[in-house]
Amino acid sequence: MDAASNSNSVKNIRSDKNPYQPSENRPTKKFAPVPFLLTFIIMACFWLLFSGRFDLFHLSLGAASCLIVSALSSRLLFPEALPPGLFKCWFKFALYLPWLFYQIFLANLHVLYLTFHPRMMDLINPKIIKFDSRLKGDVSRTTFANSITLTPGTITVYAGIMGTFAVHCIDDKSGQSLPGEMEKKIAKVFDE
Amino acid sequence: MTIIITIILLCGLVFFTGGSIGIIRFPDFYSRLHPAGKLDSAGLLFSMSAFALYTVQPFSLSALFTSVKIILIVVFVFITSPTAIHAIVDAGVRAGLKPWEKESNLK
Repeated sequence: MDAASNSNSVKNIRSDKNPYQPSENRPTKKFAPVPFLLTFIIMACFWLLFSGRFDLFHLSLGAASCLIVSALSSRLLFPEALPPGLFKCWFKFALYLPWLFYQIFLANLHVLYLTFHPRMMDLINPKIIKFDSRLKGDVSRTTFANSITLTPGTITVYAGIMGTFAVHCIDDKSGQSLPGEMEKKIAKVFDE
Repeated sequence: MTIIITIILLCGLVFFTGGSIGIIRFPDFYSRLHPAGKLDSAGLLFSMSAFALYTVQPFSLSALFTSVKIILIVVFVFITSPTAIHAIVDAGVRAGLKPWEKESNLK
């Protein structure tokens, strides 16, 4: 969610020629009930989780602050009207996570092996590889870049708005699988 | 149960140790970021899950809440750590630091 709102603000800055002029697709000041309610529910869940107290005093404090926050900044969490298929997207993203964790684990073991290897300098071969991604959306590209960085052996150096990626990889084996399967899986998650 | 928790915790500590040693052993700035940034994430995953399991052991609602908060730490670190690593690498590239390469590649 954090990444989503971040990348959206990035898109707004880049799509405008002059960021100080109001753009045409600026959100209208109309009250939107569904984002408001969703923000309120999310905020209330976090309040309950973090406070952990269920007496009337703390609950009413929580309700008041959730109301204020969701009135002021529900547009921050859901910048536009809810896109169709948002929840399906989240569900598919949740299915993508176990595979990502498995990859992270495998790759962590690989870097750990490199670290403790006595002849490490012979095994590693750091270099920067460049490739073009076919992912279109900002959120999917952000997810892709973060996933690359999370899997050890590879760090995203540069992710351009035109879909060019530069990745620093520690040895030949880490770089071989790029973009490959991970890009396919993310494309499937975001319907691209 | 305590034995399982200890094993998970030890796994996490091995990853953390590997990260620290990797920072010293790898040759240059960019490759040092690999163990620094990411063996930490695995170490954090293991040690935090051990903490979460340990906290929830005499089961109660407040203990459950505490362990959920510990899991949330992992979630937020997994979101922010790649971004932070990317920011460091980007700063290095902008400052004009050339990545170290093997001599056989430079010929």
